[in-house]
Amino acid sequence: MKSFFRRFMRPIIAILVIYLVFLLGPIAGLDFPIIVGRIQESPKMLVQFLIIGLANGAIVAIIALGYTMVYGIIELINFAHGDVYMIGVFTALSTLSVTGALTTNNPVHLVLGIVAALVVAMIVCASLNVGIERLAYRRLRNAPRLAALISAIGMSFIVENIGLIWAAQSWLVPSFGTTGGGAQKSFPDLLSKIMISLNLDPNLLASTGLGLRFTIKDLLVIVLASILMIGLRFFIQNTRLGKAMRATAQNRDAAKMMGINIDRVISITFLIGGGLAGAAGLMAGLYNNTAWWFMGFRAGIQAFTAAVLGGIGNITGAMLGGFLIGLLAAFSDGYMDARWTNLWVFAVLVLILIFRPTGLLGEQVGEKA
Amino acid sequence: MSKRLFVTFSVLVIASMLLAACGGGGGAAKTLKIVSSLPMTGANLVISQAIVNAEILRLEQAGGTACDGKYTVIYEAWDDASAALGKWDPAVETENANKAAADPTIIAYLGTYNSGAAKLSIPILNGAGPLVMISPANTYPGLTHAAAGLTDPDEPDKYYPSGERNYARVAATDDYQGSVDANLMVSLGIKTLYIVDDNELYGKGVADSVNQKAAALGINVIAQEGYDTKAADYKALMTKISTSNAGGPPDAIFIGAVVDNNVAQVLKDKVAIMGDNETVKFIGPDAIYTGALIEGAGADVAEGVYASAPGLAFKDLGEVGKKFLADYTARFGGATKEPYAVLGFDTMGAALKAIEDVCAAGGDPTNRKAVRDAVFAIKDYDGALGKWSFDANGDITLLWFVVGKVTGGQFVEFGSFLP
Repeated sequence: MKSFFRRFMRPIIAILVIYLVFLLGPIAGLDFPIIVGRIQESPKMLVQFLIIGLANGAIVAIIALGYTMVYGIIELINFAHGDVYMIGVFTALSTLSVTGALTTNNPVHLVLGIVAALVVAMIVCASLNVGIERLAYRRLRNAPRLAALISAIGMSFIVENIGLIWAAQSWLVPSFGTTGGGAQKSFPDLLSKIMISLNLDPNLLASTGLGLRFTIKDLLVIVLASILMIGLRFFIQNTRLGKAMRATAQNRDAAKMMGINIDRVISITFLIGGGLAGAAGLMAGLYNNTAWWFMGFRAGIQAFTAAVLGGIGNITGAMLGGFLIGLLAAFSDGYMDARWTNLWVFAVLVLILIFRPTGLLGEQVGEKA
Repeated sequence: MSKRLFVTFSVLVIASMLLAACGGGGGAAKTLKIVSSLPMTGANLVISQAIVNAEILRLEQAGGTACDGKYTVIYEAWDDASAALGKWDPAVETENANKAAADPTIIAYLGTYNSGAAKLSIPILNGAGPLVMISPANTYPGLTHAAAGLTDPDEPDKYYPSGERNYARVAATDDYQGSVDANLMVSLGIKTLYIVDDNELYGKGVADSVNQKAAALGINVIAQEGYDTKAADYKALMTKISTSNAGGPPDAIFIGAVVDNNVAQVLKDKVAIMGDNETVKFIGPDAIYTGALIEGAGADVAEGVYASAPGLAFKDLGEVGKKFLADYTARFGGATKEPYAVLGFDTMGAALKAIEDVCAAGGDPTNRKAVRDAVFAIKDYDGALGKWSFDANGDITLLWFVVGKVTGGQFVEFGSFLP
């Protein structure tokens, strides 16, 4: 009897979930004839949603890398990671303000300001992430898993509140205004400004007459994300430190016996994860033009979902998961009902986890410990 | 327990008992407490602070006392938002209502801002005396009266378990606001409309109302759709809307939402995809008529946004209203542009008038029921909004709405309108 359950439980649950999706789907906008009809009517729109989904997915993917790397190496869900990304947005905005890039129309000044913002945001977030590890996780490394997890949630709240205070500092960024730290703040659309000051259309496909929008913002996000992902992959696969990280992830004790400085490797993992979050912060600021102290929470949940979807601990998987979530959300917003977008994202997550509990590209990670 | 610790502890206990005894007895003037419960964390702070300032000002003008100095009136501004949500929090609002119900010195509860919050606190306070609530801002009709097609069949009675009313408001409701907005759209020449809402009691309610009234005036409402209030962006949604009108964008988008539900982001993505607010108009209700929207979206993006709000345009205010605006500027070192400030002033005014009326009739203003009766009996009150009364449902009799348009980085009044 027991083996019967073990064997058939998963398919039964899967059939139930699929049945529910089709039963309740139409309520939440999953109406195949309408969707197919609309795609046939205007295939161009499908391409448009793909572009939006890719750009949003790229940001999610970069944040997801931070979750998955940390999980791979110390099996901790670093809940503060999404909030580190939020600090990245504020650091970038403040750097742009301090360097005068927010008020200038000079394209060279703007480009230099953005590069400076990228560098500063990556450094600040990397240091913050290393600091969080040193302060809140290192001492708990051999404590029960739950202690570190609660500590991570605590750090998340602390970092959120730093953001809340930061967003009220209008001496630093005058456009923060008088509404206090709680309100959403405007992150000016500097990329379009650069294009306009050069007498170019921000929409790179405007001259093609296709009626599609592929703006300089989409381009920057996708290109920057690709560079970071390729760079990270190269670092992990081809450098000594990357090798040490893989060894530590595989078996911490054995790696230690081989003379690898575990503390240092873990610190570097947090450093890289934080740096990526900082870059994602600048990208999201330039792409969505909003800075908000609470934006890390939702981004964190989405990125964590992406990491699980792709197989937590697997770097390629996290990238894949991020892009999938971005595309799925854009598709749901575009062809179904925006009210239910989160439902679809998480329904897909549940389905994939039922059929592939390790995620799309996941390896078996539960064996050590 | 060590001896020294025990001694310290005993001294503290005795001292606190003495203090408590002193606090209870003596004192010539008795204390009446008025509290407000408004969202003061998040983008809504701008509106809430204007309301609170106006209430402070009104109380100061009364000298902080009532009934010829027989009672000291204390005002406390409570926050019903939480940092975790970044907007009003059902848990905090419920806690506020329970706290107010339990404190016998509280005789009026000025709030809430969000209709969804009022839905939770009215029944709690209804069973506590009843403790009277006066809202400066709730506009969902179902809290006080039924409106065909907009409210549930069991509204508003389900909010008043004791069968007695304890809730009044100085804001005209969304069944009227829908008409004002629909009339505005007709006068702007809008033929096709797309409606989005934040799925909240207020946001969806006002969107439903606009949907109903606009359709009645012959405007083609393409669809009404909820949006995810925490999403990072709405580019896909806006792309969909940009082709919803037979392949092109609609003439206007109406958003039924409170400003802290990411309205600035919706506006930004709308402008990015469909162009400025003259090409495709962006119209919203009272909860986006605030400087916070312009700060969040950026002045250039917000340029041309229309919003309506209960009350009169500042230029159409009467003598009391004009004096209030001048006093506000003098007291807080800067003029307010928030229409809700005027409503906040009259909310506190109504509470203080009720206390005075109870005294004048020889009643006891510490009795919550007496204060409630006096609030519902307010007729022809000379407030900042003009001369107004509460009807039997607790609704204000003034149905004016101000319409504003963002011009040069701030809301500029367009005029006052009746539904």
